[in-house]
Parts: sequence; structure tokens; C-alpha cells
Amino acid sequence: MDDLRDLYQQVIFDHYRKPRNYGPLPHANRQAQGFNPLCGDKVTVYLDVESGAIRDVHFEGSGCAICTASASLMTETLKGRTPDEAEQLMEHFHAMVTGQGTNEGLGKLEVLAGVREFPQRIKCATLAWHTMKAALENAAQPVTTE
Amino acid sequence: MNMRDTQDVVRWRTDFPILESHVHERPLVYLDNAATTQKPYDVIEAEARYYRHDNANVHRGVHTLSQRATEDYEAARGKVQRFINAASPSEIIFLRGTTEAINLVAQSYGRSRLREGDEIVISAMEHHSNIVPWQMLCQQTGVRLKVIPINDAGEIQLDAYQRLLGPRTRLVAVSHVSNALGTVNPVQTMIELAHEIDVPVLLDGAQAIAHVPVDVQALDCDFYAFSGHKIYGPMGIGVLYGKTELLNTMPPYQGGGDMIRSVTFEHTEYNVLPFKFEAGTPNVAGAVGLGAALDYVGNIGMETIMAHEQNVLEHATSLVSSIPGIRLIGTAREKTGILSFVMHEAHAHDVGTILDRQGIAIRSGHHCAMPIMDRYGVPATARASFALYNTRFEAELLAAGLEKVIELFNG
Repeated sequence: MDDLRDLYQQVIFDHYRKPRNYGPLPHANRQAQGFNPLCGDKVTVYLDVESGAIRDVHFEGSGCAICTASASLMTETLKGRTPDEAEQLMEHFHAMVTGQGTNEGLGKLEVLAGVREFPQRIKCATLAWHTMKAALENAAQPVTTE
Repeated sequence: MNMRDTQDVVRWRTDFPILESHVHERPLVYLDNAATTQKPYDVIEAEARYYRHDNANVHRGVHTLSQRATEDYEAARGKVQRFINAASPSEIIFLRGTTEAINLVAQSYGRSRLREGDEIVISAMEHHSNIVPWQMLCQQTGVRLKVIPINDAGEIQLDAYQRLLGPRTRLVAVSHVSNALGTVNPVQTMIELAHEIDVPVLLDGAQAIAHVPVDVQALDCDFYAFSGHKIYGPMGIGVLYGKTELLNTMPPYQGGGDMIRSVTFEHTEYNVLPFKFEAGTPNVAGAVGLGAALDYVGNIGMETIMAHEQNVLEHATSLVSSIPGIRLIGTAREKTGILSFVMHEAHAHDVGTILDRQGIAIRSGHHCAMPIMDRYGVPATARASFALYNTRFEAELLAAGLEKVIELFNG
């Protein structure tokens, strides 16, 4: 049960129960939808990108604790970053949850490192990030984890 | 084991080698039987024996092995016929599974008989495999789908069904047992009502075949589809039963070897039933394994299995429904071994992971029945589903596992 405690840390529950930056962003100029057809997780990411930087980011949707907490934590870490920085962070995060990289420099996102012991849950943790990337690229089609 | 678990189930469990395994250092508690069942030694050995001793292509050679393979394959067909009490073995078509069987009926029967404006009646609790093939037919022909509503318990509303049956109805296609809710549908009555206006009925038996007795002649259904892997048989083998008079008038579904009597470049004459619908080299080992599975189930007896599974389901239902914050999805009066639920604290996906760490395998998700999730306003459910080898003790482990979910989520 120890790896379950590593996965489900208090910070995760906190963001699951009280997701930050939740709901539509009225002045968003980019948005995308993400869907995990295996479990039914759905996420919409809203971005306000101005003068080469992400000014604000919101999300909404329904998902498990890992999916929701990951989306909430993502919104907190993206503000003020350039799109390039956001994509680099996504790659770094992806490497951490797939066990191919370190936690170093990921700050509060490190609480999701436990996902690497649960390969079936990587898609839950990365759905919001894939959706954010699609929003940056202004993808018209919803992204899926498949 | 629990004191109240019978010696029968203890013995049955020893027939299934996988049940001895451990997951995350805990004894496996396999409660995902609605997705697929585990296989007894008899089935595993029957397939292996076929490949070791009899393997050859069927209906072709005069050599001994080909003859033996053909005999094995046709013997398996006979076992299926007897198991579901079909009038003739030629009414048993071997296919990959339920999905292929329904697609066959949609494309062969549906496409040749149905016209724009005709209607097909399905129910609100169908698996995607009994929705999408009909939607494809609708796009091809202009046929319309009509959906029988269900009540909050997850039961088909018969009065609404009667109102949907009309002069444009050409086919009724419903599940015998719901894979997401466990409801046993009143198919006998539904068939009688459809036949009153000469409408044929297809039953999706994927979830029923291992859990309730199926007698296609007593039911008088026109088509019955099921998969071998849901009744302790191999994956990749399944059955379409169809009444002879219907199958005879239907065009072939796929072209190829075995389904022909003679071929010239100008003209092809099709083979007789059931071979007309079995193009290409069939899954002989799968059929042999399915035959062994039906023998295994037949030896125990469906009535015995039903009584046992009902006992385990009732125990699990009473334990799980008394856990605070759990809402059962599917509370029909007539149910077989499926317990679908949502938890207030945790999403089904989290429940699945936490139970898995305790060695307990359940399904979490939409169960290939997304319209049902919409009907109940939930994104996903957790589903425990039982088979003949599950015990009351395992139901208690499930309940204890769910208490752990709550403990973890409440920190």
C-alpha cells in the first residue's frame, strides 16, 4: 500500500477536491478538448496567450483524482511561461511520469512522480498536458490519449 | 475461504490454473468476468491437444489429420447446438465473437432486406457492439434506430417497447443480459410481442451465455449471438445462431474459401449452411476449446451455477451497498452477477487502481456502453462481475478493499 500513498499524496487530494483555475476563461484565445476514451476522462483547457507568453490558463472537465489534480497543478505552473517553455515543461513532466527522467526542477509537479509506478495511469496524468499542447497549436479536433 | 463457501466452489477453483496466481503479492481476486472469464484446464488442454495431435485444415484434405480436424470442428458445432438447443447444427455459425455475429446480421440480413424509413428497435442499455453495427446500416440504407428507454433501476420499459413496435419495425436487437447493469431482460415477452407483428428478434447473448440457461427454441428468438471467451472458452471464437429459414434467404457476409460450392470466373455457387457464412480457414482450435468449455459448464449444470452466482451477488450487493457514499448503478429485480457502482469519494478509475494494489481485479470505465453512463449522469462506473469460481469470501475482500479506498481518500 506504500506506493498507493506515494501516488495519492495529500496535495493530489487537495487539488482533486479543490481544483485551481477551474472553469471557462472568458478572455481565452486558445482552447482545446482532450478525451481519454478508455476511462471517459474529459478535459477542456483554455489559454490566454498574449505577446508570446501564457497570461492565464484554466481548465474544466471530469476525471479521476490523478487527471484532475494534474490538470489543476498544470494551470498553476504555466502562467507567465512562453509556449516553448510550456512544451519543454510538458516533455520534462512526461519523462518523469513515464520513469524516463528525473523530478528535478519540476517544482510542485513532483507530487505526481508516483505515477511512474502505475503505468496504466500515465494517460490520466498527461491528458491535460496533451490538451494544453493542442490548445497552443489551436487544434480543431479534440485530442485523445489513444 | 469463508466458512459459508461451499466445497463445490472450492473444487471448481482448482480447475482454473490462473486463480492460483498472485497480483502485487496478494492472491488474485478476479472480479472482471463480464470482460472475460478465466479458462479451466479442460479448455487449455483441449486447444493444446488439438494442435499437438489433430491440426490440419478442415473440409479439404482426404488425409487423416484433415479428417480428424474436420471431425473435431463439427463435433464442437454439435456441442454448441445442444448447449443452446438449436434445431440443427447447420444453424450454428462459427465467427470471431458476438461483435462479428451482429455485424453479420446487420450487413447480410439488414442490407439485403431493409429500406429507407424502416426501423430497428434496440434498447438504451446496449453495448456498443449492438449499437454501432446498426448505425452503420442506418448510414448505408436510411434505416432508423429506435431506442427503448429504461427506468432508474435499469429495466426495459415494456409499455414503451410496445409503443415503439409499429408498421415500419423490421428488426428488434436487444441484449439478453446487460453487461453494464446486470439486468436480465424480459426477452421471452419481447420476442412474443415482436412476433405478433412478424418482426424477427436478435438477442445479444454475450453477457447471458455463461449465467442463464439459453434455449433458442423455447425463446423462439431468430438470431442469438455470443462469444466463447465469456463462457470460459478461448478468445476469437464466437457463435451466431440463426433460424434456418432466415439464414437460407440471407446473402453471404464475406467471400472466400469454404463458403463456395463451385467457382468460375463467370459465376459462383455458394455453399450450404452453415459454411455459406464461414469464409476462409476457421478458428478450429478455438471451436474445440469452446466445445470443451460448454462441456465443463454442462457438467456442473447451469442451474447450479446460477444459484451459486446469485448467492455471491446477493452477499456482495448487501456488503457494498452498506458502505457510505456508494451508489449502485443497476438495481433491476432480475439480475445476474454484475455489481456496478460509483463512490462519492473516488472516481471509478482511482477505485480500480487501489483495488488492483490489493490483488482485486475489477473494471472501471464506461463498459463499452457510453449511452448508459449518460443515462445515469456518471462519467464511469466501477464494476465487479462474478463467475462460477467466485466466493463469498471474495465479496468480503471486495468490500474491505473499498473501505481501504475510503480510508486512503480521507487520509
